[in-house]
Amino acid sequence: MSRTGEFEPLTVPGESGAGEGQDVLEVAMGPHHPSTHGVFRMDVAVAGERIVRLKPVFGYLHRNHEKIAETGSYLAAMPYTDRLDYFCSLTNNWAYALAVERLTGLRPPERAEYIRVITAELTRLQNHACLVGFLAQDMGASGTPLMYAFREREKILDLFESLTGSRMMCNYMRFGGCRCDLPDGWLDQARQLVADFPRFLDEFERFLADNEILMARTQGIGVLPPELAINAGVTGPMLRASGVNYDLRKVDDYGIYHRFKFRVPLGDHGDVYDRYMIRVLEMRESVEILHQALRDIPAGPILDPKSKPRGFRPKPGEAYGRIEAPKGELGFYLISDGGSNPYRYRVRPPSLINLTVLEDMCLGQTLADVVVILGSVDIVLGEVDR
Amino acid sequence: MLGAGIIKGLAETARNFVGSYVVPERLITVPYPEQRLPAQENARNFPFLVYDGDDAAAGLRCVACQICEKECPPQCIYIVKDVVKKPDHTGKLQFQPKAFDIDLSVCMSCQICVEVCPFDAIKMDTEFELSTTDRFGGLLATKDQLSKPNTYYHQIHPGEARQVDEHLAAARARLEARTLSKPAGDAGSR
Repeated sequence: MSRTGEFEPLTVPGESGAGEGQDVLEVAMGPHHPSTHGVFRMDVAVAGERIVRLKPVFGYLHRNHEKIAETGSYLAAMPYTDRLDYFCSLTNNWAYALAVERLTGLRPPERAEYIRVITAELTRLQNHACLVGFLAQDMGASGTPLMYAFREREKILDLFESLTGSRMMCNYMRFGGCRCDLPDGWLDQARQLVADFPRFLDEFERFLADNEILMARTQGIGVLPPELAINAGVTGPMLRASGVNYDLRKVDDYGIYHRFKFRVPLGDHGDVYDRYMIRVLEMRESVEILHQALRDIPAGPILDPKSKPRGFRPKPGEAYGRIEAPKGELGFYLISDGGSNPYRYRVRPPSLINLTVLEDMCLGQTLADVVVILGSVDIVLGEVDR
Repeated sequence: MLGAGIIKGLAETARNFVGSYVVPERLITVPYPEQRLPAQENARNFPFLVYDGDDAAAGLRCVACQICEKECPPQCIYIVKDVVKKPDHTGKLQFQPKAFDIDLSVCMSCQICVEVCPFDAIKMDTEFELSTTDRFGGLLATKDQLSKPNTYYHQIHPGEARQVDEHLAAARARLEARTLSKPAGDAGSR
C-alpha cells in the first residue's frame, strides 16, 4: 500500500476468481454518495460488475470526541455521547452512565432502571424501523417505506421530546439515575404507542416481507459466516443474523433485563435478508419488553442521592460499561486518576467494528449489492468516526 | 404467483394514501408556518437569564459565579464580572455580570448550565425561530437579549418554574430566619 493510502496499481485482476482476464476499474464510492449514509468512502475495485477489492475509508466526520471528553468534566462528556450515534442518543447515554456508575459505585434507583429500559427499547424500535426504511431506500424503493418508518419514529421522538426536552440530542441519563422524572401522562402515551406499534409492524411486513424484488436483492447477498463474524468482533443484530446467539441483554445482564421475558431472534443464513428480518423480529421482542416494563414500573426517586452535578471526582480506577445498543455492543472504557475529568476515555463503537467485515461480505458481489450490504450493516457515521 | 408480494405491498401503499385523507393518525404532518404544534412543557432550545421583578438590571438572579462558563461543554458562555457589588432582589450584596454572552452558533442546547447553576439564574428557552442573515453578531446573544422576566419563565415551563419559586422562597425564608437570630451589628457587616 502506498503512503497516501490509495490503491497500488492493480496488475493482477481476478484475485477472487471473478473477472479473470478483465481490466479492473477503481471506483470511489463516496464520500458524497447518497447510499453511504453519511460521509464515508469505499474505494471499490471492480472487474466488470464484480467486486475484487473494497477498502472502506473513514474519518471524514472525525470530531475528536474522545480527546474532548478527556478535557472536560465527566458530566460534560454526556451531551457529546448523544452525537455518537445520533439515532440512538438514549442508549449512548446509558452506556456512558453505566461505565461511570461502575467506576464510582453509584446505583440507579428502581424507577430509573425501568425508565432506562423503556427509553432504550423505544430507541431500538425507532432505530430498527428507520434501518429497514433506509435499507428499502437503498434497494430503490424511493421514499415510501422510509416515510412510513419515519412516521412511526416521529411518534417516538415526540415522546422523547416531552420527556427529555429534545427529540434527538436527549442528554437524559445521569450518573446514578436520570435527569428528570416522567411528565404526567407520559406512561399512558407510551402504553398507547406500544399498543399501536405491532399494527405498524404487521403493515410493514405485508408491505415488504413478501416482496419479490426485495427477496431477489437480499437473499444470498452479502453472506457473513458465523466464524468470521465472531473473529471480527461483530456484534448486535448483524452477529445474530449469522446465527450466533449472543445478546448482551441476556449475556451481560446489565440493568434489569433479567426481569423481562423476551426471546433473541437468530438468523441462519447471515445474508442481507436475515439481517433485515432480525430487525423486524427484534422490534416485536422490544414491544414485549416494553409491555412488561410499562406495566411494572414503580414509583420512587429517579436519582441516586449520592450523585451530584458539580465537583464530581471519582476515585482512581478503571471501568468498562457496555450495553446492547440497537447496532451492537456499545462500550465505554474509562480510567480515572482521581481528577474531575477522565484520564482516558475510550468508546467501543459497534458501527465501526461491524464495518470491518464489509470487504469480506462484498467480494464477488456486484456494485449495486455493495449499497444494499452497507445498508444492512446499519452504520451511523457519527459513531464510526467519532 | 410472481408479483403477488408486490401487489400486496402496493395495496398497503394505497391504504396509506387513501387513509391519509380520512384517518388523522396516518397524516401526522402539519403545514408549519400557518399551523403549529402545541409546545412541549419540557422543550428546550437555548439558555436565557431569569430576572425577578420588572427591572432586568436590578432583578437579575445571576451573580457571575462563572460555574456555567466552566462547565459548558462547548465553552460558548463568556462572562465578565462587575467590579462593584450590587444588592440583589433580597438586598444581599452580590456580584453582577458586566457582560454575559452566549454564542448561539456554538451552544448545543445540552442544559448542563441549567443543571449546575446554584442560583436558578439560567434556564432553557423554547424559542426556536432565530434565523438571521448575520452569522456572527446575529447569533451572539448579549446580556440584554438574554435577560427575560420570571413571568416569561412561568409561561414557557409552568411546572418547573413553580418548583423553582418554591425552592427559592424556602431558601430566602431560611436566610431571613438566620439574620434575625443574629445580633443586629453582625448582620450589617456581612
